[in-house]
Amino acid sequence: MAVTTAQLVDWLERYAGVIAEQKQYLTGLDAAIGDGDHGINMDRGFQTVLVKIGPVKDKDAGTLLKTTGMALVGSVGGAGGPLYGTFFLRAGAALDGKSDVSREDLVSALEAGLKGVVERGKANLNDKTMVDALTPAIERAKARVQEGASIGEALSSAAEAAETGMRGTIPLKALKGRASYLGDRSIGHQDPGATSSYYMLRTLSEVLAEVPQGANTATS
Amino acid sequence: MADVTTATRLKKLINTPESEVKDALAGMAAAHGDLIRVEYDPNVIIRKDAPKKGKVGLVSGGGSGHEPMHGGYVGLGMLDAACPGAVFTSPTPDQMARATKAVDGGAGVLHVVKNYTGDIMNFEMAAELARGEGARVNAVITNDDVAVQDSLYTAGRRGVGVTVLLEKIVGGAAEAGYDLEKATELAKRVNANGRSMGMALTSCIVPAAGKVTFEIADDEMELGIGIHGEPGRERTKLKAADEIAEILTSTVVKDLPYKRGDEVIAFVNGMGGTPLIELYVVANAVNRYLQKEGIKPARWLVGSYITSLEMAGCSVTLLKLDAETTKFWDAPVHTPALRWGV
Repeated sequence: MAVTTAQLVDWLERYAGVIAEQKQYLTGLDAAIGDGDHGINMDRGFQTVLVKIGPVKDKDAGTLLKTTGMALVGSVGGAGGPLYGTFFLRAGAALDGKSDVSREDLVSALEAGLKGVVERGKANLNDKTMVDALTPAIERAKARVQEGASIGEALSSAAEAAETGMRGTIPLKALKGRASYLGDRSIGHQDPGATSSYYMLRTLSEVLAEVPQGANTATS
Repeated sequence: MADVTTATRLKKLINTPESEVKDALAGMAAAHGDLIRVEYDPNVIIRKDAPKKGKVGLVSGGGSGHEPMHGGYVGLGMLDAACPGAVFTSPTPDQMARATKAVDGGAGVLHVVKNYTGDIMNFEMAAELARGEGARVNAVITNDDVAVQDSLYTAGRRGVGVTVLLEKIVGGAAEAGYDLEKATELAKRVNANGRSMGMALTSCIVPAAGKVTFEIADDEMELGIGIHGEPGRERTKLKAADEIAEILTSTVVKDLPYKRGDEVIAFVNGMGGTPLIELYVVANAVNRYLQKEGIKPARWLVGSYITSLEMAGCSVTLLKLDAETTKFWDAPVHTPALRWGV
C-alpha cells in the first residue's frame, strides 16, 4: 500500500503539533547542555511550515517535502534550521514527482535525508546528536522493508530504534555542537536534537500505522 | 496588541518576545538612517551607500542580543551588512544571501562568521546560494575564546571579542582597497593574533524562553562564560575585580602567548549589565598586569561592544598589533556604535 502525499501532510501537521506541545521540554533539554532555544526554534520553523505547505498540499510528495525544507531553512536558524532543512530538502529531492510513494521510496527518501544531515553537520554516530536517533532508526526501517514488512510496521520498528538511540545519548559526552563545550558536564543529559528526531519518526509511524481511510467502518 | 503579561513578567523593555528584533531594527533605522538602511523578511542591516563599486563587501551576522554587534558596526570603514537572527540564534541563509547580493560591488564579499555550529552551517548554506548566483564569497571564522578546549573532541573555540576588532581592522582595509584575497588573509591573521576570555556575575533571560539561561548563586561567578550564557571553565566564589582581571588576562596572555615587547589592543568588554565604571576598574588591573609582563597596550577599547543581553560580567581580549593592523585600527570609522577619525 503506497504512502500518499495526504498522509505526509498529516505527518507534518501532527509533528508541528507535537513540537508546539513539547516546545518547553525541548528548550529545557537544550538549556541543560546547549543554548536553550531548540524548542522555540523548531516551533517557529514548523509554524512556518504549516503556512508554506498550504499551496502545495495537492502536489507531489517531493514538492511537499522540499517546500518543508525551504521553510525550515528560512525560519529556524541555529543548527536545527540547516540540519532539519537539509533533511527535508534531500528527502524531497528523492521523491521528486511522486504522489504515491512506495515503502522502498519512503525509506530511500529518509536515507537521503539522513545522508544530508551527516554531510551538513559532519557528526558521527555517538557524538550525541540527532544522528544517534536517526541512523539506527532508518537502518531498522530499511531492514524491515527488505524482510517484507509493511511501511507501517517498518516505521514502528524505526520509532522504537529512534527512542533507544535518543535514550542512548544520555550517557554520551557531546562531541559536536555547543554541548561539546561542556565536555564531561554534557554526560547525563538527553540530546534535544535526538529527541526532536525521535518525535519526527514516532509521528510518521503513528500516521502510517492507522487504518487507511475507507476501512474505518469495519473496525468500529 | 502587546502581550503585557509576558512583557511585564519579564521586566524587560519589550512589547512581545516575538516582536523584539523587528521593533529594535525599526528603531535603528529611525536613529541611524544617515548610515544604514534596514530590510525586513529577510532581516538585513545594510550600509546606506552599498554596494560600493570595486570595494570588497564585508558581511557578518549572528544571533540578536549581542548589541551593538553586529548591526551597530555597519557603516564607513567597518561592515557593509549585518544579519540579525532571533535572540541568541544564528540568522538564516536567506538573510546572508540577500546581504551578500546587496553589498557585492563586483570585488567579492567576505563573510565574518563566529565559530558556532549553527552560524557556520547557515553561512555555508548562504555562501552556496550566493556562489550559485555568481558571487565570489570567502569566509573567515573567528575562534578566539581560550576558555574552550580546542580539540578534535569539541566544536572548537567560540568566536567572541576578536570579532569586533577584526570587523574594524578588515573593514578599514576593505575601505582602503584591499582585494578579496588580501582582505581574507588579513582577517585570518587578525583572528590568529587575538585571544579572549570572559566571566559572568549574573545570568540573562532570553525573552522567548522567559527564564534565566542558567542559575548562579549571589556569591558565585562563572569563569570562561560564552556570549550566550554557555557555561565555561569553572564556577567559583566571587573574587575582587583585580583578581578576576588577572585571571582573565593571564590566561589570555599565556595562551597565544603574548611576549615581552608585544604591542596589543587591550579590549575590556562589558557583557551588557555591567556599568562602565566597573569596566574601568577591570581595565586598571589589566593594564597593571600587562605592564608587569612588558606587554604594551598600544590601543584600548573599553565598553559594552559584544554583549549577552542583561548579563553582568566582562571579557578581556588582546590582539597583537603590527604596523598594518595598527593603521587600519586607527583608520576612520563611522557606524552607529563606533566612530572616530570622521
